[in-house]
Amino acid sequence: MSKEYPKGKANLEVLSETLQGLAANDRDILVVTSDSRGSGKLVPFGERFSDQIIEIGIAEQNLVGVSAGLASAGKKVFAVSPACFLATRALEQIKNDIAYSDNPVKLIGISAGVSYGALGSTHHSLHDYAALRAINNLAVLAPADNFETRRSIEQANEMNLPVYIRFGKKPMPHLHDENTEFVIGKGIRIKDGDDLAIIATGECVFPALLAADNLENGHGLKIRVISMHTVKPLDKDMLMEAAEECRGIITVEEHSVHGGLGEACASCLLQNGYGLPFRIIGIPDEYTVSGSQSEIFNHYGITGESIAETAFNLINIK
Amino acid sequence: MTTDELKIKAIEYRKKLLYYIKNAGAGHTGGSLSCIDIISVLYNKVLNVSPDNFKDPLRDRYIQSKGHSVEALYVVLAACGFFPEPDLETMCRYRSHYVGHPTRKVNGIEQNTGALGHGLSVSVGMALAAKLNKQGYKVFTLLGDGELTEGSNWEAALSASHYNLDNLTAIVDYNGLQITGPTSEVCKTDPLDLKFSAFGWSVEQVDGHDFEEMVRIFNGTPFRKGQPSVIIAHTIKGKGVSFMEGEKKWHHGVPDDGLYRKAMHELDKRMELIR
Repeated sequence: MSKEYPKGKANLEVLSETLQGLAANDRDILVVTSDSRGSGKLVPFGERFSDQIIEIGIAEQNLVGVSAGLASAGKKVFAVSPACFLATRALEQIKNDIAYSDNPVKLIGISAGVSYGALGSTHHSLHDYAALRAINNLAVLAPADNFETRRSIEQANEMNLPVYIRFGKKPMPHLHDENTEFVIGKGIRIKDGDDLAIIATGECVFPALLAADNLENGHGLKIRVISMHTVKPLDKDMLMEAAEECRGIITVEEHSVHGGLGEACASCLLQNGYGLPFRIIGIPDEYTVSGSQSEIFNHYGITGESIAETAFNLINIK
Repeated sequence: MTTDELKIKAIEYRKKLLYYIKNAGAGHTGGSLSCIDIISVLYNKVLNVSPDNFKDPLRDRYIQSKGHSVEALYVVLAACGFFPEPDLETMCRYRSHYVGHPTRKVNGIEQNTGALGHGLSVSVGMALAAKLNKQGYKVFTLLGDGELTEGSNWEAALSASHYNLDNLTAIVDYNGLQITGPTSEVCKTDPLDLKFSAFGWSVEQVDGHDFEEMVRIFNGTPFRKGQPSVIIAHTIKGKGVSFMEGEKKWHHGVPDDGLYRKAMHELDKRMELIR
């Protein structure tokens, strides 16, 4: 499998490189951090663009409020903070100062999901899709690999709208070539197939691909894999096309099973008259185990083998 | 505009905001009456902002963090020509832009506020942008004294002094009363001057109903180069209507027909004394 999916770097490193590329050509680009430039791998950015990085200190509410004020004065602001604190500590500032007030800040949630798995639930962000999906005028993204991370940051910068982008800190394999079309709000069909569709987001796309390979090699099943990097607005056309053409759908996300990608897909399908075998794979509603990201993924069945098993059982429901 | 003209305006504004609160059947009456003179001085004597330059990046900014006193802001903005005053007949009605807290859908409003403890951080961002862009505009923020129990204000206060934002001025509408009762009984925030001073701000106190003093002090910012300024404006909740002054029930009380007529009569009498 490693031959098919060459090793990449952490999406965090792509963040820093991409922002440096943008800042070099635009003096209005600002990175705003909450004592998080180290966690965000933004030290090189800060050294190269010392007058384009604003340190707020450990104060996420203020981070988001100040970012809103900077954006309203024409600055192109990337507010970077661990996703666990950014998305919920500053939830009211995101809702009122950014989304409701139309200040097009780019909120970057770093070390998202269970990237800080061993640090315990205080440091897990398994609620950000649910909380932020319910806020009008805010796109919610979880890029799967380095390419998606770079393109989502670049495209978000071009959009005069608020955007939340979250990703982890572990090196990610390359899942796309550079010519792949990437558009915020449009899923990417990475693998074709019509026996079953696996729709995944963020760092769960890779295990979804492994599951598809496993099912193809072991059972001759043709599995469609979609990277749904934009959790909101959801690519409903691509989802309903999968429901039309496949025998079942599985969603996979590094998030609570409540309020995330899976429930967004289920809602869309049911309201549009689709009934088909369907499973949501994510973090169940319980005290989350601690451990490394891969240990937690393993515990909750977010692995190629486990997703393949769920898929195989689902597809054989008559 | 002379001081006497400001005094006349103060009565006209009060009559109008009471009319529109009565008309809407809703509003934050007491707080609007306590801060109306502050807002009047800002728009008539201090801020470089008008309907003509409202899109100019160099305009001064006013952020009303205590968004619930929006009725006071609406009548001043209308008087300054940001929108036709009769628009306020729709205040708080179905689908009206003139809702019970400021939004940018209303011409002249810089930022949506209403959840307390947000305006100062946003103002810090605006003032910081001016410093980064080497622009000379100033940012004024109106805070409620009850609002200062929101911790986010103090996060913003730290940033303002950390970044030496002497283009930022916070005015506290220090009326001493909030919905539950006296601010000193709900949660003590005094001594505010020492608290702000400890956070690196330069502090002045003013009578928030004395026009000459406010014009002088508001135009004297920054009080110290390199420091944000805070003005603690001593005000009376419900100011201008005797039976509303200092009464917590008028926090968001709406007068009935009889009390409305009584209030108007009082304000008319005051006007006669000035004229």
